[in-house]
Amino acid sequence: MKIGAPRERHPGEKRVAMTPKSARELMKIGHECLIEAGAGEEAGFLDRDYEEAGVKIVPDLAALYEEAEVVTRVRPPEEEEMKRHLRKGQILISFFWPAQNENLMKIAADKGATVLAMDMIPRISRAQKMDALSSMANIAGYRAVIEAAEHFGRFFTGQVTAAGKIPPAKVLVIGAGVAGLAAIGTAVSLGAIVRAFDVRPEVAEQIESMGAEFLMLDFSDSGLSSEDGYAKPASPEFLEAEMKLFRQQAPDVDIVITTALIPGRPAPKLWTRDMVEMMKPGSVIVDLAAEQGGNCELTVPGELYETENRVKIIGYTDMPSRMATTASELYATNIRHLIGDLTPDKDGAIVLDMEDEVIRHATVVHGGEITFPPPPVKVSAAPKKPAARPEKTPEEIAAEEAAARRRAGMRQVALLVLGGIAMYFIGLYAPPAFMQHFIVFVLAVFVGFQVIWNVNHALHTPLMAITNAISGIIVIGALLQIGAPQLIVQVLAAVSVLIATINIVGGFWVTRRMLQMFRKS
Amino acid sequence: MISTGLQTAAYIAATVLFILALGGLSNHESAKRAVWFGIVGMALAILATIFGPGVAINALLIAALVIGAVIGAWVAIRVEMTGMPQLVALLHSFVGLAAVFIGINSDIMALEFPTEAEKIIHEAEIFLGVFIGAVTFTGSLVAWGKLSGRIDGKPLTIPLRHMWNALVIIASFGLMILYMEGAGSWSLYVMTLLALLLGWHLVMGIGGADMPVVVSMLNSYSGWAAAATGFLLGNDLLIVTGALVGSSGAILSYIMCRAMNRSFISVILGGFGGARGPQQAVEGEMVATDPESVAAALEAAKNVIIVPGYGMAVAQAQNAVSELVRKLREKGKNVRFAIHPVAGRLPGHMNVLLAEAKVPYDIVLEMDEINEDFPETDVVIVIGANDIVNPAAQEDPNSPIAGMPVLEVWKAGQVIVLKRGQGTGYSGIENPLFYKENTRMLYGDAKDSVEKVIQALD
Repeated sequence: MKIGAPRERHPGEKRVAMTPKSARELMKIGHECLIEAGAGEEAGFLDRDYEEAGVKIVPDLAALYEEAEVVTRVRPPEEEEMKRHLRKGQILISFFWPAQNENLMKIAADKGATVLAMDMIPRISRAQKMDALSSMANIAGYRAVIEAAEHFGRFFTGQVTAAGKIPPAKVLVIGAGVAGLAAIGTAVSLGAIVRAFDVRPEVAEQIESMGAEFLMLDFSDSGLSSEDGYAKPASPEFLEAEMKLFRQQAPDVDIVITTALIPGRPAPKLWTRDMVEMMKPGSVIVDLAAEQGGNCELTVPGELYETENRVKIIGYTDMPSRMATTASELYATNIRHLIGDLTPDKDGAIVLDMEDEVIRHATVVHGGEITFPPPPVKVSAAPKKPAARPEKTPEEIAAEEAAARRRAGMRQVALLVLGGIAMYFIGLYAPPAFMQHFIVFVLAVFVGFQVIWNVNHALHTPLMAITNAISGIIVIGALLQIGAPQLIVQVLAAVSVLIATINIVGGFWVTRRMLQMFRKS
Repeated sequence: MISTGLQTAAYIAATVLFILALGGLSNHESAKRAVWFGIVGMALAILATIFGPGVAINALLIAALVIGAVIGAWVAIRVEMTGMPQLVALLHSFVGLAAVFIGINSDIMALEFPTEAEKIIHEAEIFLGVFIGAVTFTGSLVAWGKLSGRIDGKPLTIPLRHMWNALVIIASFGLMILYMEGAGSWSLYVMTLLALLLGWHLVMGIGGADMPVVVSMLNSYSGWAAAATGFLLGNDLLIVTGALVGSSGAILSYIMCRAMNRSFISVILGGFGGARGPQQAVEGEMVATDPESVAAALEAAKNVIIVPGYGMAVAQAQNAVSELVRKLREKGKNVRFAIHPVAGRLPGHMNVLLAEAKVPYDIVLEMDEINEDFPETDVVIVIGANDIVNPAAQEDPNSPIAGMPVLEVWKAGQVIVLKRGQGTGYSGIENPLFYKENTRMLYGDAKDSVEKVIQALD
């Protein structure tokens, strides 16, 4: 199939849906690739680079839509573009925001085209490789910290210099999704003190593993994680507790990065006007939810806004586009993985398998019909705990340990008693000569146990080889018999001597060989 | 001619030297000296016996000694380190066979005893020696066959197999009573046949993955066989040595069983792999990678741990792995090996293979020493190992290997699994590790794959 990528028309959009690298991978599974002239320029990919990778350059949008059977995009196309160019049977793969773009879906359905929305890829582990929302969120989180650093007048890391001490910056990250975690990681590695908050208590471990402090909410009902991996709207009591926590933090922190989103709704207003007013002058707020209205009351989407008390609020909505090269690489790779799944036989033939959960979910328009919303996918981002075992109290554990110790003690005593009884009967009937040998045997077993426990695990193979060799001591028995008058005894004894000697010589020799191989660095 | 007193003195010296030889294996450096203790002890014991009372030095004896020595040396020089498990198993069978022959000889030689009790004890000793020897002999032969691939590694399961085993043991016991009642040599021979059959069947019923336990167990049996022969001949040196070897094998078996979280009995009875309930479904998908990406990941890593398994031995990849380690260490990476107690087909098998490939032993660590370090590790390379790195052992209480201690490789930044192809290992257990997000699969022959990674590193 011919897969094409047009130049993005949206103002300020620098990303592109196909890179030379992704094109090469696509061609490996039998596809042909086209790109509109100049499409990758702003992301740092020149037409020359595409040509080198074997991508055909087409002069304009019309030519691209005409030739390509699959059109890949970053942003959803304008109505105009769809009306004019989209044709029957064509497949469009793009971020599509179907809930907000019903008229676009209608146009696509009327035209008989198929639309796969990258933002509808379900968040299940199988689909992670094509989860463009996550890869873009990751970039946004990183960039949020970089933007904050640019507008923040101090170091992130604390330093003690000859000229005096500089305190480290304190960063509060609200919402620990992909973007939030990326922001935490970036801020921590710049040396800041990072605190993070999320309504889902199960992400505490992830936050702490990134080196941030998880802010606990003094509230009992905390089941706000939903099964699709996003947070649910909160109850009023919960919100109140949350606001209280934020008000405590506001005067203390220097940088706030908000990433709270609830799917299909405007972003929750978490950082209110009075919180902004409580913040120190020079502080920075980065609102990654700006596109959905913003988590901060004062956010101006798309702009940098400075309040009267000199707090800067960054409401940029194009964070990924600000890192266009990386963003394009990741997005193109996500698209490439999706097309890879659509090409099961790697022969360049696209099969839209509506039975496949991921593909079904992403397909919003197909065969002249709108197939949105899809049936729900039940997957949890947070691993559900397998049949929660009741936690044991320390007392119970102590009691169990004591019981185990007692059991072990009882077992040892029982064994000793049994052994004693056995000894008694053996001693009762066995002749003294046997008993003498028996003493030797029992002692030797004990010595053996003591000695062998100390053997280095790494030397277990040489141990087996050397025990092979010394168990060849059985040769002594055969030597004593070889002079017997009976021929059969002589033969059997001779064979025994022979094989036991193989054991002795072979065992020692191979042990030596092995041990000499072991060397220190 | 040496007097009995001198001979006993030599035996005492040999006993002490043997204990020192085993004790010396506690570390790599003293081990090199320890072998010589063993060799000197053995030489003393044999010379004191040959030149002692009651031994006729004749051509037969000398020929047997010389031929045996030559064959032994030849085998020891020729054996590949990957072939060690087979060799060890084969040598066990020799001890077993010798014990059988010596026991039968004692029966034929029919000594006179002053009291009835001593005669009965002697007869019991013959019987026991032959029984253990025969089981060891065929059991080791089968183990040898399975390890060298001459016999199919799958467990043989005939119906009611436990009952057959029990029957054979009961019948043997009955024959012993008959023998002691004076039934004659035939009962000994019948029992020998039964015991040979028992040894064969016991080991046939055990799968390839359990071989480390079986080989250790046979090691133990060969010791007990020698000890039984010692009782039979009234020879303390044989008793002591046999007991040392026997307890050594018993400890090895115990360590192996603990490393698999299974009881010794359950291993010996075979029949492994039955799930205890619905196993957790494995979510996700195996993501393949290529040598270039692996090289890039290694290039970026600081801490690398390599986990070898039996697959490394099968693919003869140890030299390539050693080369890879040398390269990475030259680049200043901290490279170490993590060895699970049951990796390979013999206790300590991986250590020997790596030593042969000139990997220094101080970077080869045991599971307990290194398991804590995985979270700080950037890249883990798993080569031909499966169950020993299976997270289901910890996460899924219904897994057949639940509770088995495993190397926690999934806690590392990235895990690269070298594997021949998709599919489960010999134990047939699905491995969720392969589906984890931070796991990448590098399919193909392990040796090939490692060599390609080395090329990509240059």
